[in-house]
Amino acid sequence: MTENRQARLDQRLEVIIGYTLRIGVLTAAAIVLIGGVLYLVQSGAAVPRYHTFHTAATPSDNLSGIVRNIQALNSYGIIQLGLLVLIATPILRVIFSVIAFALERDVLYIVATLIVLAVLLYSLLGHGV
Amino acid sequence: MSVLSFTILVWLGGLAAGLLGALTGLGGGVVIVPLLTLFFGVDIRYALGASLISVIATSSGAASAYVREGYSNIRIGMFLEIATTLGAIAGASLTTILPPGIIAVIFGCVLLLSSYLSSRRPRDNPDCVPDRLTAWFRMESTYPTPEGEKPYHVRNVAGGFGLMSVAGLLSGLLGIGSGALKVLAMDLIMCLPFKVSTTTSNFMIGVTAAASAGIYLGNGYVEPALAMPVVLGVLPGSMLGSRILGGASVRVLRLIFTLTILALGIEMIYNGLSGGFK
Repeated sequence: MTENRQARLDQRLEVIIGYTLRIGVLTAAAIVLIGGVLYLVQSGAAVPRYHTFHTAATPSDNLSGIVRNIQALNSYGIIQLGLLVLIATPILRVIFSVIAFALERDVLYIVATLIVLAVLLYSLLGHGV
Repeated sequence: MSVLSFTILVWLGGLAAGLLGALTGLGGGVVIVPLLTLFFGVDIRYALGASLISVIATSSGAASAYVREGYSNIRIGMFLEIATTLGAIAGASLTTILPPGIIAVIFGCVLLLSSYLSSRRPRDNPDCVPDRLTAWFRMESTYPTPEGEKPYHVRNVAGGFGLMSVAGLLSGLLGIGSGALKVLAMDLIMCLPFKVSTTTSNFMIGVTAAASAGIYLGNGYVEPALAMPVVLGVLPGSMLGSRILGGASVRVLRLIFTLTILALGIEMIYNGLSGGFK
C-alpha cells in the first residue's frame, strides 16, 4: 500500500471517529438528562445517602440489574442506560478502528486493536454482569 | 438537605470542576473526587465512580473536535491503549482491595505530581532519532503547523509503553484520566510534538476509563443519581473551559487553579492519613 493511500484512509477514519464520539456523548447526555429530571420529580424531596457505601454489589448496580431497571423504565434505569451509552462510545470507537485497519489490511494494527477490544470486553462482561 | 438541592449543588460543582480541569489541562476527574469527598462527604467509592464516568464524557467530547483537526496519532494511541487498558483493569481491581484512606493518600500525591507536571512548558524536540521498533510499527506521521504539514519521528516505544501502564493503573485506581502522565510518556519519552501528545492523550483517556468502567459497575461504584449531575455539569464546564483556553491569556487563572489543586492534594493526604476516609 502506498503512503498516500494510507494517509487518506487514516484521514477518513479520523472523521468517522470524530462523529461517532460526538453523537455518542450527546445521545448519552440527553438520556441521562431525561432520567435525571424524572428522578428529581419523583424523589427530589428525599434525603441523599451517599456518605456510606452500600454493599459491593446490590442487584441494581451490576449489568443484569441495570438491564432490569432499563426494562422497567424507571428513572434509575434511564440514567443507567445513558451511562451505558457513554461507556459504549469509546468501545464503539475501537470497533470502528478494527474495521478501518481491516480495510487497510494492516495486520499489525488489527491485532493491536483487537487486544484493546478484548481487554475492554473482559472488563465489562467479566465483572459487570 | 434534600436530594433536589444536593443534586443542584453537585451539578454546580461539576460545572466548576469541568471548567477548572479544562483550564489547567488536568481534566475534571482530579477535581471531582476531592470535591465530592471533602465538601459533600460522599463515600470515596461513589466519588471514584462518578468521576470515572465524567472522564469518559469529557474525553469523548474533546476528542471529537481534536481528531478531525488531524493532530492526534491514531496508530500510536491505539497501540499504547493496550498498556493503559491493562493497567486500568489492574488499578480498578486494586480499589476493591485497598482501604479508602490509602486511596485518598495516593490521590493526593497524584494531585501534587500532576499540578507540577502541568506547569511544564510545552516544548517540541526537533531532533529525534527514531529507533528500529518505531519504524517497524510505522508510527511516524505528520501534523498541521502554520507552515503546513510537518513530519515527526517517534522513539522509545518500550519506555512509553511502560509509563502508559502506570498511567492506566492510576486512572483505574483513582477514577481519573491520568492525562498529565500520558502526555509525559508521549512528549518526553517518545519525543512526539507537544500538540500531538496532548490530543492523542485526550483521545486515549476515554478508552482507558472504559476499561475500568466494567469493574466499577460490577462493584457498585457507579451510583446513577450521583453520576447524573456530575456528568451533566462536567461536560458543559469542560467545553466552556476549552473555549476560554482558546481565546484570552489565562496565566493568572491557571496559577490560581494550580494552587487550588495543590491545596486539594494536601487536604486529601491529610484526611487520608488522619482517618477521614472509612
